[in-house]
Amino acid sequence: MSTSENAASEETQGTTGSGVTRRRMVGLAGAGAALGAAGFASGFATRAATAGEPAAKPYDFFGEHQSGIVTPAQDRLHFAAFDVTTSDRQELVTLLRAWSLAAERMMQGLSASDEETSYDAPPADTGEAQGLPASSLTITIGFGPTLFRDASGKDRFGIADKTPKALRTLPHFPGDKLDVHRSGGDLCVQACADDPQVAVHAIRNLARIGFGTVSLRWSQLGFGRTSSTSKSQETPRNLFGFKDGTANVKAEDTAVLKEHVWVGDGDDAGARWLAGGSYLVARRINMHIETWDRTSLREQERDIGRDRSQGAPLSGGTEFSQPDFALKGRGGEPVINARSHVRLAHPSANNGVQMLRRGYNFTDGSDQLGRIDAGLFFIAFVRNPDTHFIPMQNQLAKNDLLMEYLQHTGSALFAVPPGASRGSYVGAGLFS
Amino acid sequence: MNRRLNLLTVPAVLALAVSGCTSNSPSAGGDLTVTSTADKCAVSASSAPSGTLVFKVTNKGNEITEFYLLAQDGLRIVGEVENITPNLTRDLVVQAPAGQYFTSCKPGMVGSGIRSAFTVTDSGKKVEASGDDKKLVATATTLYAGYVKDQTDQLLTKTNQFAALYKAGKFDQARALYAPARLHWERIETVAESFGDLDPSMDAREADLEPGQVWTGWHKIEKDLWPPKTGYKPLTAAERTKLADKLVTDTKTLHTRTRTLTYTVDQIANGSKGLLDEVATGKVTGEEEAWSHTDLWDFQGNVDGARVGFDNLRPILSKKDPALETSIATKFTALQKVLDKHKVGDGFKLYTQLSKGEIKELSDAVNALSEPLSKLTAAVLK
Repeated sequence: MSTSENAASEETQGTTGSGVTRRRMVGLAGAGAALGAAGFASGFATRAATAGEPAAKPYDFFGEHQSGIVTPAQDRLHFAAFDVTTSDRQELVTLLRAWSLAAERMMQGLSASDEETSYDAPPADTGEAQGLPASSLTITIGFGPTLFRDASGKDRFGIADKTPKALRTLPHFPGDKLDVHRSGGDLCVQACADDPQVAVHAIRNLARIGFGTVSLRWSQLGFGRTSSTSKSQETPRNLFGFKDGTANVKAEDTAVLKEHVWVGDGDDAGARWLAGGSYLVARRINMHIETWDRTSLREQERDIGRDRSQGAPLSGGTEFSQPDFALKGRGGEPVINARSHVRLAHPSANNGVQMLRRGYNFTDGSDQLGRIDAGLFFIAFVRNPDTHFIPMQNQLAKNDLLMEYLQHTGSALFAVPPGASRGSYVGAGLFS
Repeated sequence: MNRRLNLLTVPAVLALAVSGCTSNSPSAGGDLTVTSTADKCAVSASSAPSGTLVFKVTNKGNEITEFYLLAQDGLRIVGEVENITPNLTRDLVVQAPAGQYFTSCKPGMVGSGIRSAFTVTDSGKKVEASGDDKKLVATATTLYAGYVKDQTDQLLTKTNQFAALYKAGKFDQARALYAPARLHWERIETVAESFGDLDPSMDAREADLEPGQVWTGWHKIEKDLWPPKTGYKPLTAAERTKLADKLVTDTKTLHTRTRTLTYTVDQIANGSKGLLDEVATGKVTGEEEAWSHTDLWDFQGNVDGARVGFDNLRPILSKKDPALETSIATKFTALQKVLDKHKVGDGFKLYTQLSKGEIKELSDAVNALSEPLSKLTAAVLK
């Protein structure tokens, strides 16, 4: 773990530097087709981009940690949870190998497969990302509790004794109105990119590769990251109009990552394979947009605990000033309400724990009452959900003034293995 | 519960007479800027024409500051903005007729403030001074307090009857009284919910429970009276008695506490808005009465409560913003008309008897009213 911090940063995460874009591939693919499709997708994989095209800087799928955790949060998300439909351990391993290979290729801006394609067969890659650059695509794969044991407790793939002890279905929190069709899953794939088409392409191709082994259980599109995972990024805004993620753990905070995000070597003797990985908490949080929009700015700021324009804590200063929860204003009342979101989510109210949030805004059209079906798809990476998420969520669900405007409709927890080494696959440690 | 408005925890401006609107949104040109530091209170101009004045107050000091516009006697507060923490900017919006005034910053919130003379010249507009509505405010708040007391009286009476029927195993009669009794709760819901201890024990829904929380109150009884078809174990007579007695005790506590409650106009206005929010998030979706489906009774109760709050504030609003008054009144009438379509005798159709189109129509009417109603607080404080 000693070098994990460096490995995690963008600079050292490793890029192949090939800079190949799918745009370049289009012309070559055309040529390939003219030659009877011989060598489609295989002849140009390592070719450099032509001069004049902006050098894409793809992330490497392989590395000590998986991509898509401390990688600077991209603008778009396609998150998918799958059910494994096979009971054959080898088929599952084969799938994870295939996914790892395809993920590695797509993150380089290549097609999902380097297979030669007959003109009489459907193309191996679905094609909608041809001509698009790598777009900072990252792919993160996780394992849900139901991968290890089914509902009746049966060991599905001979890995039950390696179940991480904190990997369970999240408890019901006050106010939860969970939709079973937006919760749980045996596997998850988080695809993030700067271009929605690239993220969707990734999930679509992984789902396609998985047909027969897995089936898509639910998925969520996200736009507009709601946190910064690097100090180089501006703090974005959530759909409540407030800056979100000001105090998030950043890739540069290597010591904090080690303490609060990466599972340590000695954390779980029964699940050593997870060391260097993390836990991914996913929560679909609907916002009552319409009632929020009818709320006075006074109450909005009180509920959040920050001012809307600058994101400064109501105790004063600028965006990155530390909130002063003890500061009292008129009448001896704290100027940051004790039930404000910033107060209750602050490490000082949660035994000092922190999490790396990677959420996205979402809008899934509107519901039958004409209300915008929108909110925040919350994703957090934590070292241990029992200490780093569940107590906080209980506290927020119970006391957070914002809860009046929120409804949690989806919930899932996954163990995210460490990154795979080149030539291997994500989760190899679990199945070895 | 957690999702609901806590009327009494909203940091209320003290009373209309000393209120100022604060806003971060930029307003039209001509604003005055104020920079408050430890020893200075720099106002960008020492005079302004009569009418609406906007002071944008920035705290460049290290302590919390406040800003006041004081009348010529240096005592009467025309407008104030409090809790301006370091580096933040807050707006004070006041109506000021021509005359002599003082501006004053109070860094550290102590002392008599750093004062300067300020002149409001005659712009020719007729301006009603902020803070001249004391009588109207007193009337509105007194009437509202009386209304809350009356509703809790009726709630207590009907809850007693309901609890007795339920305990006695007269379930049909208890079911018939459930929604009519709750109507009184729903009419004053934002007030009732302001008691953080009573609301969870009286009105919690099953999904809202915290880990380890014992479920009590109306909705637990509701489930027992309208049990799910499968997998439900009816409560024992002893459990029913305990549950019913607890509801009565809680209602008595609520009754006692509301005897002495007082209200400010912004609380009444926010309460009206909050009641409509309740309709929009819980009633029009059928989530409130998951077992009995008597959501439309609650819906009517919330609308009644919102309407009474609005009616009490109407004399103030008609002076400050007659267009808004008309808009809100019209939309209350329209909403009631839609609701009336579903009346059956003294009550309503069940939520499950409504078509999707009918629910959408109700929802649209709620939205149409909620939008102008959300402006009520700022308007009566203007």
